[in-house]
Order: sequence, then C-alpha cells, then structure tokens
Amino acid sequence: MVMGSLGQETDLLVIGAGPGGYVAALRAADLGREVILVEERDLLGGVCLIEGCIPSKALIHAVEVAHLARESERLGVIGGGVTIDIDKLRRHKQQTVRALTSGVRSLLDNRNVEVVRGRARFTGPGEVRLEGADVASIRFRHAIIATGSHGARLPFGDDLPLWGSREALELPEVPKSLLVIGGGYIGLELGFVYAGLGSKVTVVEMLPQLLTGADPDLAAVVARRAAKRFDDVLLEARVEKVTKTKTGFSVTIAHGGETKRRTFGQVLVAVGRTPNTGDLGLDAAGITLDEHGRIPVDEACRTSVPGIFAIGDVTPGPMLAHRASRQAKVAAEVIAGHPAAFDNVAIPGVVFTEPELSWVGITEQEAREQDLAVRVGRFPLSALGRARAMGSTEGMVKVIADAESGLVLGVGIVGPHASDLISEGALAIEMGATLEDLAVTIHPHPTLSEALMEAAEVALGSVVHLARRPT
Amino acid sequence: MFEFKLPDLGEGIHEGEILKWHVAEGQTIGEDEPLVDIETDKAAVTIPSPRGGRVVRLGGAEGDTVAVGQVIAVIDDGAEAEAPAAEAEPAATPAGPAAGPGPAAPEEPAAAPAAPTPPVRPARRVAAAPATRRLARELGVDLASIPGTGPGGRITADDVRRAAAGGGPAPQAAGGPSPPPEGEPITGTTAGIPFLEIEPLPDFAQLGPVEREPVRSIRRKVARRMTTSMILVPHVALLEDCDVTELERFRREERTRREGEPGGRLSLLPFVVKAVTHCLAEFPMFNASLDPARGEIIYKKFYNVGFAADTPRGLVVPVVRGTDARSVVEISAEIIRLAEAARDGRIDAADFQGGTFTITNIGPLGGKGLIPTINYPESAILGMGRAAPQAVVRDGEIVVRTILPLTLAFDHRIADGADAARFMSRLVGLLSRPLSWLVEA
Ligand SMILES: Cc1cc2nc3c(=O)[nH]c(=O)nc-3n(C[C@H](O)[C@H](O)[C@H](O)COP(=O)(O)OP(=O)(O)OC[C@H]3O[C@@H](n4cnc5c(N)ncnc54)[C@H](O)[C@@H]3O)c2cc1C
Repeated sequence: MVMGSLGQETDLLVIGAGPGGYVAALRAADLGREVILVEERDLLGGVCLIEGCIPSKALIHAVEVAHLARESERLGVIGGGVTIDIDKLRRHKQQTVRALTSGVRSLLDNRNVEVVRGRARFTGPGEVRLEGADVASIRFRHAIIATGSHGARLPFGDDLPLWGSREALELPEVPKSLLVIGGGYIGLELGFVYAGLGSKVTVVEMLPQLLTGADPDLAAVVARRAAKRFDDVLLEARVEKVTKTKTGFSVTIAHGGETKRRTFGQVLVAVGRTPNTGDLGLDAAGITLDEHGRIPVDEACRTSVPGIFAIGDVTPGPMLAHRASRQAKVAAEVIAGHPAAFDNVAIPGVVFTEPELSWVGITEQEAREQDLAVRVGRFPLSALGRARAMGSTEGMVKVIADAESGLVLGVGIVGPHASDLISEGALAIEMGATLEDLAVTIHPHPTLSEALMEAAEVALGSVVHLARRPT
Repeated sequence: MFEFKLPDLGEGIHEGEILKWHVAEGQTIGEDEPLVDIETDKAAVTIPSPRGGRVVRLGGAEGDTVAVGQVIAVIDDGAEAEAPAAEAEPAATPAGPAAGPGPAAPEEPAAAPAAPTPPVRPARRVAAAPATRRLARELGVDLASIPGTGPGGRITADDVRRAAAGGGPAPQAAGGPSPPPEGEPITGTTAGIPFLEIEPLPDFAQLGPVEREPVRSIRRKVARRMTTSMILVPHVALLEDCDVTELERFRREERTRREGEPGGRLSLLPFVVKAVTHCLAEFPMFNASLDPARGEIIYKKFYNVGFAADTPRGLVVPVVRGTDARSVVEISAEIIRLAEAARDGRIDAADFQGGTFTITNIGPLGGKGLIPTINYPESAILGMGRAAPQAVVRDGEIVVRTILPLTLAFDHRIADGADAARFMSRLVGLLSRPLSWLVEA
C-alpha cells in the first residue's frame, strides 16, 4: 500500500496534547464525539506537564522546603547542614512528570480517544497531513488547534548552548553563576530555584520593574526577596552580546548608560514565549494570524474558518495552562452543540516566586490608568495571626472594588500560599460578589485566608484588626 | 441634559433596529420633531424627540439594534443633568458572544519578559455568576440589556428567567430547544436531537458570485418562528377542494352593490374568516395552544384571526380581532385597513398580537395550493389556493365549477385527523352553500 494514500476521517481532530488539547479531547469524547488527538512528542501533556508548570513546581517545592528548614532557626528549628541532592531531586521531578503524562494517556484510552503520534500540517480547511506518523492524512469535520508555544529566542546567540526554560528544568548541573535574561515569572521562578540550589544568580530585565503586569507594590515584595537571594538584579538593562568562553559565557550588558562585561557559568534565556503557529499550514486552512502570530478567536473559540477552533497559547490572551483548559472545554462543548462561551471575566495570574505572588481581575494600576472609580483595601500579613505564627509576615492581600456598587473587580496577593489563596478572589469576581459578601463570609481562624476578608473590611472602612487612622 | 431612552414600543417588543436618524450629532431638534425611524420585528415607527435642544450624542448607528430602555440620544435641553442612572449602561459591555477575537489581553507573547497578564475590563461590568451567564445563553437572553436585582446590580438567575419569559416566542416555556444566541452563526450539531447535524455551508463563492445580506428584523422573526414551529409542533395537513361557485357569484354581486362602502371591496378572504370563526367555535382544538410545561391544553374562548400579508419588507400577519362579533363586511373593512397599513409599514405592533388562528391566502398570487406552517403557538392554520374554474363531476356529469383548494395544517398533539376532517367538511359546507348561513350561521 502506498503510504501517502493512507487517510483517515474523523468528526473532531485535536492538534497538540497540552492542557488545551488533551482536555478538549476528553471533554469532546465525553460528549459523544469521535476524536483523534495528534501529538508530535512521545509524551502527552504538552509544555505544562513535560517542561513547564509541573516540573518547575517540583523543583520550586524542594528548594522552598530546604529554605524553610535552613531559615527557621527563629522558630527553634535547627536545620544544620541541609543540602539538596540534585540527582534525587531530578528523579523526583521525572517521576512526577511520568506519572502525570501516563495518567493523561490512560484517561484518553479510557474514553477511546485515538492518539496519533506525528506532526500535523493543514493542507486545506478540512484536512491535515501528518509527518512522522503511520497515518498520512486526516480529514475532519471539526478541528481544534492547540499547538501551544515555545520559548522566544534572543536575536543573537542561536549557535550558543544557552539554556531555555526547558534545559534549566532538566537540571543538568548547578552552575556556579547563572545569568537569567528576563525578569518575568519564568525567569524569576527558575532564578529562585537555582539560587536555592547554590548558583550565584544575576537577573537582567529590560523594563523598570520585575514581573511587569503585576501591581508594583506586590512585585516590590518579591523584588526585595530577590535582592537578598540573588547576586544582582539589573533593571532597565539589556544584554547586547554573549560569547562562549572556556568555562562559560562572557556577556555584554548595557545598564545605566554604561556597558559592562561579565562572565557567567551559564545563561538562561526567559524572554517570553512565541505561539507555535508558524509551521502549521494555516494559510492552506484559510486562517490569518494577528501581528503577534496568534490565531484570533471569538468567545466560542472559533477561528474565522468554519469548523476550526483554536485554544491555549496559540490564541490571544495570557499564556497559562488554566486558560487553555477552560477554552478547551468551551470549544468541545460548542462543537457538541452546547451554548458554551469563554465568558470568564477573571483569569488568575500566579507566580511561584519567593514569596508567591498572584492576582486576578483588574490590577490597581490598571484601574488608575483607566480612571476607574475604585476602592482599594489592603491588609498586611504582619497583622495576621497565622502569618505571625508561621514567621512569614512579608506580604499583603489587596482587594479592588467598584467605588459605588462595591462589586469586587480585582484581588492581588503576595505572601505564602498566594497561589492557592487567589481562587477565592477569582470566584468572587466571577460570581459578581461585593466587598460585603467577602467581609461577612466566615473565614476560618487562624488561616491566611482571613487576609482577604480583612482586606474587604478595610475597603469598607470597617476593619477591627488594624489601628484606626485619626479622623 | 436629557437622556432619551428608547420607549416602550408595544407588548412583547424589546428592541428595534435603527433605520434612519433624522438629525445628526451637534444639530438642534425641536420638541416633537422626528428623531429616529426604528424598525421593530413588526413595524417601522418614527419616534419624535420628547425635548427640544442640541443633540449631544446619538446612541447607535443606522443598522444597529437598540433595546427598549437604552439611551438612544442625549439632548442638551439646558436643564440640569438627571440623577445618574443606577444601572450599568446596557450597551457598554455586551455579554453576548462578541464577533471579534476573544478576551483581549494584549500580552506581548515574544518580546515582553512580562508576567502573565489577566485581562482588563471596565469597572462597570455585567455582574452575573457563571451559571447565570450560561442560563442566559441557553435562554437567548442578552445580559447587557436586563437589569440586575442582586446586590451591586448583580443579575440573578431569576432576573434572566423573567427576561426570557417576557421576550420572544419563549420556546423555553414550551420545553423546546432554545434558539442560538443572537447573531451566532449556526455550525456544528444541535444538542438533544439525535442525527440532527447541521453541516457547515459549502463555500458558494467558489461556485459563482454571491451576495451576503444579514438576517434582520422581519426576516429574522419569520425565521425564528417558523423554525420553532417546525421543530416543536408535529404538523399534519388535510387537503380538500371547496366548491365556491355560488359564494363567488354572491360575492361579486355584493361587491358591485357595495362599491364605495367601507369594506365593500369584498374579497373571498373575509367570508373564509367568518366561516372559519364559526367552525372554531364548534371545534375548539383548532383555537388552542399546548402548554407542555403544565401538561395542559389552553382553549381560547375568543377569536382573533390573523391573515398573512405580503409587504415590501416581508411577511407579516395582522390580526382581525373578535371575528365572532363582526359581520363579513366589517371583517372586510378591517382586513383592508390592516393590509394597507402593513404595506406602508405604519401598522401598530398591537395589530400583530393576540392571534388565535391564521389564514394564508396565496391564491391571488398563484399556486394551486400550499401546505402552510403553523403560526406558533397557535394550533392550526388554513391555506387557501387559487379559486378557479375546474371541470368536476356532479351527479355523473362533468360540469365547470369554481373550486377553492383548502389545506388545514394542525398540531397533531392537540387534534387528530378525524377532528380535522370534521372541521374541514363543516367549513366546506358553509362556503359551498352560502345560503345555509341564513339558516344557521
Ligand atoms: C517553565 C514554565 C513554567 C510554567 N508555569 C506555569 C504555571 O505555573 N501555571 C500556568 O498556568 N502556566 C504555566 N506555564 C505555561 C503553560 O505551560 C502553558 O500556558 C500551557 O502549556 C499551554 O497549553 P497549550 O495546550 O496551549 O499548549 P502546550 O502545552 O504548549 O502543548 C502543545 C502541544 O502541541 C504539540 N504540537 C505542537 N505543534 C504540533 C503539530 N504541528 N502537530 C502535533 N503536535 C504539535 C506540542 O508538542 C505540545 O505537546 C509555564 C510555562 C513554562 C515554559
């Protein structure tokens, strides 16, 4: 049989098995659709499971535990020589990833989703060709593009063995010194990991603030800690040139009007991510990209071509796994004829730095820029019993609400467990909760979650746990 | 400063399309001078300005749809500003599916080494819980156009249900599938109906030149109502020929005799309306509606007969009220008045409402006969073909008679074929022997 003629047909073709694609495939199968999922890697789960959220959190957790052990002398814990065995840690990370990806595989098998390994490329609005697969082509009635993104490269240094986040998460070694290019969340998370493992870390950021996008008062708490943990943090600085030396890299950095040369054992490039839309044959499908190479979609995740949907990092919006998974369900449901829509008003942003930082809905800065009449309530963790008991008093919770109606518009948190605490803010915003709803809901004592209730009371002007301002 | 909100345009009408502005922003307008022409599902109306002054802002472009209660013009009449409206301006944050790309979070994917950016929204937003938003989509309710009764103006599930109950042909009350949200192209499959799969349209432009036109206004209303009726109602049609030779002779005489009188321009239709009314009283299942939510049949003890009228803007169905209490010539006068008003687009919305039975008379335009679709939520519709001389057999002889083909399409949930046969034979009896009306009708 001629390989080229081997074609298949399906009701729904999903391209990419990340948290967008595999969730879409599962949901669509549950809704009775016949689904083929195409993935070019041998492991399922996409960037998130294999080289993103999950492995990074495994490393971050280990480093955090070691820190706590080392730094809890005040609490009477004498840590002594706490060290991290990176071979063991690497194994733990690999096992975590393996368990989760095989979990995805069995969920797909369980629903009879056909998984085809290969690289898909559109040849028309109803067909893809596959490379590296037993199946040569697939004709579909519906398709969901969920091909995700990859780390953006520097304009130079393509020939150098620089790390991206993927290489850093492999944990090949702990370099003596590490330059992190990019002070966004991926750069900082990995910076804290390697600082915790013993590298001397320098962060270079082009903009005047770390974690651009987060409110400056929240980001400042992380920046203070970064200043302690890292060798150096250079803001409004630009890496101009990198060359390989015998033991590492020589780097030219423009900063504060002068040009410095420094050497580092390793360089990590974390300057954003680029959607995987370049080599998909989207022209043949009739899909036009926006100026950032993303696929425009409507609220139902439909592209401009009937029957073709797009979700996750390839679509405009924050590149986050939980957004991809929510869009996945919307697309699958719309294809199954349900009136679903991605009408979420709040997508939480979560940063696993030290301490953690998270926010959802509008930021205070955005409210000011847009001249919105808002009320802001801020509650410092230093006034919270549980945070004191834990010895972690750096941080705060703040809530931003419409001045007139009290509708909660945004929540920002910096401090321990900020990533878990933010969900209450997301729920409040989605539900259309008011400050009063947050303030009168009983929050268990003593917990960190009380801080959001207190912040709401601050915004309402009725807080009892802070000193009253003279009136 | 005066904010003019689109006033109530009649029962069951929640929105209209802006056909034409009579003024531009910046111009002055006198009190009661025409401001805007609005076309609703039923008719076009010219709305005068309630105040005189300078037009500061117009609340939409021609072709836009505006909701009742939405500010359509801001007029500087020299007065102080009114107290700011408590509710969010309906048009500000449309909750329905947006046409453009999805959530706008202009994160630079490659260039910016930025943390992920949650999307930005205006402070005033349509506040409703996710489950309520889903309910609104299911019931086809535009959240931006309804007021919220919850704290902070939050829209509750009850608010949505209330809005749905008051609007449109309310298929949700009948337990049927809900129409897709406004303006949403229908692709994919429709849930709940096995084997119903709506395939995406082929690209006709590949085959030859095409022109696209939005489905609006009357066309949209007809499309909705007919789809609802066809999907929801099990239709059965009964066909019969009716000998109207005598009735036609009589009608022509009367018409000549009554020339110039109101309603004197007698057509066949008023006679059929009258005879049908008579039959409806005897066979109430054809003047009824099914209420599946309560498992009941609603028999209407009033008789409002609608008739399909072809107008330059599309099909409309004006209603002649109380046909049991009106004479044929009175019915004729009313039909003439309604048909003219409908044709000129100056008919009242109320004249389209409250029908209990519909007659569609395609005959004068051509066509031997037709099988009409019930005008939901009525239970039956009568189609009239063309009354024309035909060779028929009477007492073993071939004779020429004037034959009117009739079709009764009815809701088989409410009535059976035998009912329809009896209804039809009664109707044919009345129409073929007009003198019998002297005795009984
Ligand atoms: C270091 C790091 C940390 C992160 N941490 C977090 C976090 O804490 N929280 C969070 O929400 N997000 C995090 N993210 C982002 C998150 O990983 C992405 O937003 C998410 O994976 C996007 O999901 P997706 O389904 O769109 O695409 P992906 O996960 O990128 O999956 C796309 C899949 O498609 C496959 N593919 C691509 N092209 C083709 C083709 N032509 N044919 C077949 N298959 C193809 C790829 O192999 C891949 O498996 C992190 C990312 C990184 C890099």
